[in-house]
Amino acid sequence: MRYLFVGILILMATLSNAQITISGKIINGKKKPLTGVSVTLNDTYDGATTDTKGAYRFTTTEKGEQKLVLALNGYDTLVIVVNIQNQNISLDTLLKPNKESQNEVVIISRSFKAGAGKNAVMTSQDIYTTGGANGDISQALRNLPGTQQLGEREGLAVRGGDVYETKQFIDGSMIAHPYFSSATNVPSRTRYPPNLFKDVAFSTGGYSALYGQALSSALVLETIDIPEKSEANASITPLFWGGGLQKVNKKKTFSWGMDYSYTNVGLYFKLVKQVPDFFKMPQYHSVDGNFRFKTKNGGIVKYYGTFDYNQMGLRRQSIDTLALKNAFDLKGTNVYQNLSWKEPLSNNWKLNAVLSFSNNHNNINQQLQDSSNNPYPITHTYWDTLNFALRNNDLFAQGKVVLEKKLLGQNALRFGAEYWYNKYELDYNQYNYKLRDNYISGFAEADIYLARALALQAGIRYENSSLLGKSDFAPRASLSYKFAPKNQLTASYGLFYQKAENLYLIRNQQLGMTQASHYILTYIYQGQKTMLRLEGYYKDYKDLVKTWPDYTNKGNGYAKGIDLYWRDNNQTIKNIDYWVTYSYIDSKRNYLNFPNSMQPNFVANHTFNLVVKKYFSSISTGISPTFNFASGRPYYNLLLTNRNAQNYDVTDQGKTKQYQMLNISAYHLMKIGKGFGVLYASMSNVLNRDNVFGYQYSVTGMNKAPILPTAKRFYFIALFISWGVDRSQDTINGNL
Amino acid sequence: MKKFILSLMLLAGITTWANAQSDKYVAAMQKNLALFDSTKTAQDFLNLEGNFERIANAEKNQWLPYYYAGLCEALYGFQDPKADKDAIGAKVLDLAAKADAIQKTDETRVIAYMGYIIQLMVDPQGRYMTYGANAAKELEEGLKINPNNPRLYFMKGQGLLNTPEFVGGGKAVAKPILEKAVALFATDKPQPLYPNWGKDKATEALEKCK
Repeated sequence: MRYLFVGILILMATLSNAQITISGKIINGKKKPLTGVSVTLNDTYDGATTDTKGAYRFTTTEKGEQKLVLALNGYDTLVIVVNIQNQNISLDTLLKPNKESQNEVVIISRSFKAGAGKNAVMTSQDIYTTGGANGDISQALRNLPGTQQLGEREGLAVRGGDVYETKQFIDGSMIAHPYFSSATNVPSRTRYPPNLFKDVAFSTGGYSALYGQALSSALVLETIDIPEKSEANASITPLFWGGGLQKVNKKKTFSWGMDYSYTNVGLYFKLVKQVPDFFKMPQYHSVDGNFRFKTKNGGIVKYYGTFDYNQMGLRRQSIDTLALKNAFDLKGTNVYQNLSWKEPLSNNWKLNAVLSFSNNHNNINQQLQDSSNNPYPITHTYWDTLNFALRNNDLFAQGKVVLEKKLLGQNALRFGAEYWYNKYELDYNQYNYKLRDNYISGFAEADIYLARALALQAGIRYENSSLLGKSDFAPRASLSYKFAPKNQLTASYGLFYQKAENLYLIRNQQLGMTQASHYILTYIYQGQKTMLRLEGYYKDYKDLVKTWPDYTNKGNGYAKGIDLYWRDNNQTIKNIDYWVTYSYIDSKRNYLNFPNSMQPNFVANHTFNLVVKKYFSSISTGISPTFNFASGRPYYNLLLTNRNAQNYDVTDQGKTKQYQMLNISAYHLMKIGKGFGVLYASMSNVLNRDNVFGYQYSVTGMNKAPILPTAKRFYFIALFISWGVDRSQDTINGNL
Repeated sequence: MKKFILSLMLLAGITTWANAQSDKYVAAMQKNLALFDSTKTAQDFLNLEGNFERIANAEKNQWLPYYYAGLCEALYGFQDPKADKDAIGAKVLDLAAKADAIQKTDETRVIAYMGYIIQLMVDPQGRYMTYGANAAKELEEGLKINPNNPRLYFMKGQGLLNTPEFVGGGKAVAKPILEKAVALFATDKPQPLYPNWGKDKATEALEKCK
């Protein structure tokens, strides 16, 4: 017994004294050494981390069968059983990339997302800092592929679609009039400031069944939740001034705020000569208010309401008679109110509800005037279109409810319903028109993860318009496959319906829905700080509105092309963030008064954008030059040679010269008193190029004049100041 | 009787073994903490992170090795410009959560703070509102647990020193907080193996404020 004891003791001593070295090299499938692999003898302290050559080495006093665990983030953990005896162990091995973390498909990335999310192509800051955008969401989005550079009008013309084929949604509810009213060929701005939104998702096609009534594109905006801190702000510029207040309670469960701004470009127009004679300077008053509060169960209720008034009056030379002028006078008001409620329910259900109300009113007078600005009596009937009084009122009330159920894994089911009430009234000289529509829609959509690398999103939307007396079903589907880490391929299909514009419906209420089918193939490479997006698409337009010889749905058309987007955020060029896009499109349509299938005047075949951003942290200053290029756009003069003709004649046509625009903007961040200030300056068309947006013709077709910007360049300088109450330091200051 | 002696011996054996285990833990911690004090390069911090994480995983009921593993991972993240800051931040937060699962401490709040700050560095302008707020919350919570933790003041002060003046940072704001940190470091008497780092760096940072 005693001998045995001593024996064991001796054995134990020898065992513990015998240190064994375990070493080796770890590589990946491409035979590249892996750095930072943690090599551990399971449940012991013994192990090492591989160096830059993939090598590891450690000693151990453990004996017998042990588990060697090799772990590295993004790779499958490998467990090797080793039998430790009296000899050193050399063990080289290979780790495989972790399929679970790298091959998971993402359904969301079908649209261009702006916001703080991982798949975002633009951040909210981008909208402010992109040269030429001047804080206008739509203007910033025109730097993304698939959109057209239209200097003569606002809005997003996407993939062969006209601007009205893009609809914008705030918290799920459609915005009827996202832009301020303006005169023909004088572009206006978006009503809503970018800082109102935390997420901007811009879909250039094949969007979800949750949205409808847009043939081409959906811009889905989600408003911010309760802000981090109370704040007061002021904007001072030669063009406008404004101020606002935002209060947040201590627990960050309730906030309210309001803003007011007044824009008057009078001073600016005195300094920078404009081509039209502005007899009433464009002026805008805008007030908005909001409140947001958290509900007991982690939901949130948000209200945002805004009212604005704008006016402008301008005189331009008449194209028909050189001695005469067209005087255009506009007054407009717009109310928009949105109340939304998001609430998590039991059993992984979620409720999203939104109510919105908007009313847009315009009062427009156009008059033919002589050289001394006095009314010129009308002698020809066709001048009716040049001398008119127009009043329109567009009222929208909407309600929408979406229920979402999160199922096992990432699978999800969404369904809901939506109701729009629209009352449209138009008085044009002695004519009065009225339209009333009750539009209802029901929709359902499912996210189905068929396999780790394969996901299907399928949905269907039912729509009925009481005005049209017609119903339709719009199926939507997309299949995403992540064929390699960071690489995803998505095929999408969707059918989209849109009511004809009210302008045509007042002539014929029997017009049915116009429709477009989208077939899209998307390839996305998402690197650490780089992103490549390549899309090919085909769009088939049916039942477009024809206005001649009658108002019918006999129009049709197509669009096909490719869109390319590449962004590199400080990856290859240090401290420079840039993106490039290129779009090619071939699109023709036969609609309105087109005699046959022609390329519409809002489509340029080639578009190229380059956006560069650089921030100099040492001087707290950022600059952003942007360059936009578009090939020439077609223009036509369509003339009706006699009243009974079946078709309009194309009496003249051509293509404008290329469009080139170099913009530059800069901002400087600073402290002003106790406030945080941003000094912002921008200049458009640095190269001072004469861009032509198209041509217009006199009634006879004898005179032709280019459509030009109201001024070649736009300069902007502004100072934004905010005073915040930062509560994050309360505790620390209390302890000092 | 024989049985009794045997069980007594067995008991004695187990106790020694248990003591040996905890001695082994203390020894391993001391060895790695000594290494920590002399560590400079990113790679060394990564190696040390592995060492502490191995100890943590083997011990299972000690929060300190998870704490130090998180600290080393964070320091590695701050030092290596090429590192994937989102992944490192996530790992730091994961290690902090593991330490919290054993015992929630004011010291671990510093680690969680660092995790958020590393992720914030990916896109400071865009992430300031969310990640910055999360980081600040960790320090708040730490101060609630222990209002005399010098490292919490040091972190706050250094953060403010690195924050541009126009968003509420700068030397003037950081100075009183760093002064408080240095004063607390002077009287700080941590238990064996407990965090004691930061005094020199805090003094250095305070120097910069002058």
